Amino acid sequence: MVNLLVCIKRVPEIAGEILLSQDGHSIDARHVGHTLSEHDECAIELAVGLAGDTGGEVRVLSLGTAEAAEQLRYAVALGAGAATLITADPESYGPADVAAAIAAEVRASPAAYDLILVGNDAADTGDFQVGVRLGFALGRPVLTGINTAEIHGSSVLARGAGPQGTDVFEVPLPAVMAVQEGGVEPRYPSIRGRLKAKRLSIDRKDPLIEPIGSGRVKLTLPPTKPSTVQILGEGPDAVPALVEILASSGVLNR
Amino acid sequence: MILVLVETGSDGATPTSLETLTFARELAGRLGGETVEALIIGPLGAGEASAGGPEAQERVKEKLSAQLAEQGVDSIHHAAGERLERYGASGWATALGAVPAAYVLAAGTPRGSEVLAHVAARAGAMMAANVVGIVDTEPLVLSRQVMGGGVFEHMRLDGAPRVLTVAGHAVDPVAADDASAPVWHEFEPELSDADLVTAVVRVETGAPDATSTLTGARVVVGAGRGVGSADGFDDLLQLRDQLGAALGASRVVTSLGWRPHHEQIGQTGSRISPEVYLACGISGAVQHWAGCQSAKMIVAINTDPDAPMVTQADYAIIGDLHQVVPALTAALRRRESSGG
Ligand SMILES: Cc1cc2nc3c(=O)[nH]c(=O)nc-3n(C[C@H](O)[C@H](O)[C@H](O)COP(=O)(O)OP(=O)(O)OC[C@H]3O[C@@H](n4cnc5c(N)ncnc54)[C@H](O)[C@@H]3O)c2cc1C
Ligand SMILES: Nc1ncnc2c1ncn2[C@@H]1O[C@H](COP(=O)(O)O)[C@@H](O)[C@H]1O
Repeated sequence: MVNLLVCIKRVPEIAGEILLSQDGHSIDARHVGHTLSEHDECAIELAVGLAGDTGGEVRVLSLGTAEAAEQLRYAVALGAGAATLITADPESYGPADVAAAIAAEVRASPAAYDLILVGNDAADTGDFQVGVRLGFALGRPVLTGINTAEIHGSSVLARGAGPQGTDVFEVPLPAVMAVQEGGVEPRYPSIRGRLKAKRLSIDRKDPLIEPIGSGRVKLTLPPTKPSTVQILGEGPDAVPALVEILASSGVLNR
Repeated sequence: MILVLVETGSDGATPTSLETLTFARELAGRLGGETVEALIIGPLGAGEASAGGPEAQERVKEKLSAQLAEQGVDSIHHAAGERLERYGASGWATALGAVPAAYVLAAGTPRGSEVLAHVAARAGAMMAANVVGIVDTEPLVLSRQVMGGGVFEHMRLDGAPRVLTVAGHAVDPVAADDASAPVWHEFEPELSDADLVTAVVRVETGAPDATSTLTGARVVVGAGRGVGSADGFDDLLQLRDQLGAALGASRVVTSLGWRPHHEQIGQTGSRISPEVYLACGISGAVQHWAGCQSAKMIVAINTDPDAPMVTQADYAIIGDLHQVVPALTAALRRRESSGG
């Protein structure tokens, strides 16, 4: 039986144009939804799978505003059994702060987590650090870029994509793992899961550390390139023009 | 001193490492008075197919010497030894720590990011990931990609050392005005047993790499949310077969489970560089562009004339892909059977 902790982050769900806030310090997310990073969803999936295999438990944790409860409940609907919200303004936390706050919470908690999972990089800030810093702070071995994992007794066998093929790792528990999309297919919440999530009471905590900050000065939008597209037409009527172009590009002569 | 972690393959330094060296030179120029040195860890060329025997390593070393001289690197540190035969982030971070530097850089690759996160954690320093430019040097403010490249963040980077990764394909690797004649310093850092715990225990190469058909394809048919459902792929698969192309997908398509993840194109998928990329029902988010911008020609098929995939393409057809794609396949078949 393994005891698992999955750290998840509430992030804006961007599809289409991105708007910045007036002060240019954050993303204007008033008109967009929020979601979990893809990698975090895969981390939940892996954890729920491992817990199922071993009869273990999964707790999800997020450091964020009260709204992050939405993502925690979603994770519970997917199969996590308990949720912790460290209530704080995530904008004033850099990745080192997030890792320090989570590490402090883990140390203070009576649960001795065998395996802590995080996403490989957050979809919004993309810092690529929380997992490694968490491992370092807790003095536990840490792996990143992990796609799949199995528990073998007191160690975890994990696989991730490497430059020569699939890299295989085997580390003793307790450990920390940063999960990357591509190895597992996140499930959809079941009706039973949704009901459980609705009823769940979230453990709310205050952060046990003072943040240093992320170093963010401001955000800017990349310049848009002028369009040079040639519109060939509308619907199937435009197909002959495309065939001509493909023919002259040489890709039709096999 | 600016120390750059250089990853290697059978062709010497990896392309993103060369980009990082060029960026490091620019940083050195802006700072004034800093030298750029390179650190290579483990068997030369180990980033790719097995490191090979001594001759193969010697060939890689020659290539590296030439490339790093061209990049104006002052010295080359090579950390080797039995305990570095297999990749492990902790061991690599120890090797990096053995060469004291004020700035530590790597390409924003999986290994570059992982190793530098260890370096930063050990030093209690900040780290800037996926840097694309220098905004200011006093204090040091860098521009870096966030939101998967959709937004740039100006980030103030303090601390010792200053740790940063350089985003792939953000900088063109160019030769220095004056080539250098760097000397190799071979050394064997002292790795602890703890450093070895997280090292790769073995590499599985058995299964054929499913992504290689996509990355090597001359023509790629791309599928996005516009396909509509997992059952909507027949039209695109027929076009793929008619063109002898590979099928690629947007992240929405792989996330929804319509197609397998190895078909994903983009920042967190494959980077393709075909002769022609036919993007069907794909909006063209920056994270998707990150994977397809090297295509020689891009054709978009989309109902929305304002979609970035359309405005940034070379050619576009405005319309429902489920009407356009079968018509295209039929026209190509007719052309083929008439010997055209
Ligand atoms: C950190 C991060 C990493 C990411 N990595 C990747 C990545 O590697 N690859 C990737 O692709 N995305 C990635 N994304 C996601 C990316 O931001 C977009 O959400 C995604 O690419 C959108 O996919 P799409 O174009 O299929 O869907 P949408 O954006 O929903 O676009 C669908 C398009 O189809 C068109 N359409 C609809 N119906 C039809 C029809 N019948 N015929 C023709 N056209 C039609 C619409 O006009 C629209 O343009 C990443 C995001 C983040 C935050
Ligand atoms: N505020 C947060 N609360 C909980 N987990 C987080 C938070 N920020 C980051 N993480 C975790 O750390 C991973 C990597 O984030 P980062 O290093 O910031 O790119 C994310 O995918 C999450 O799993």
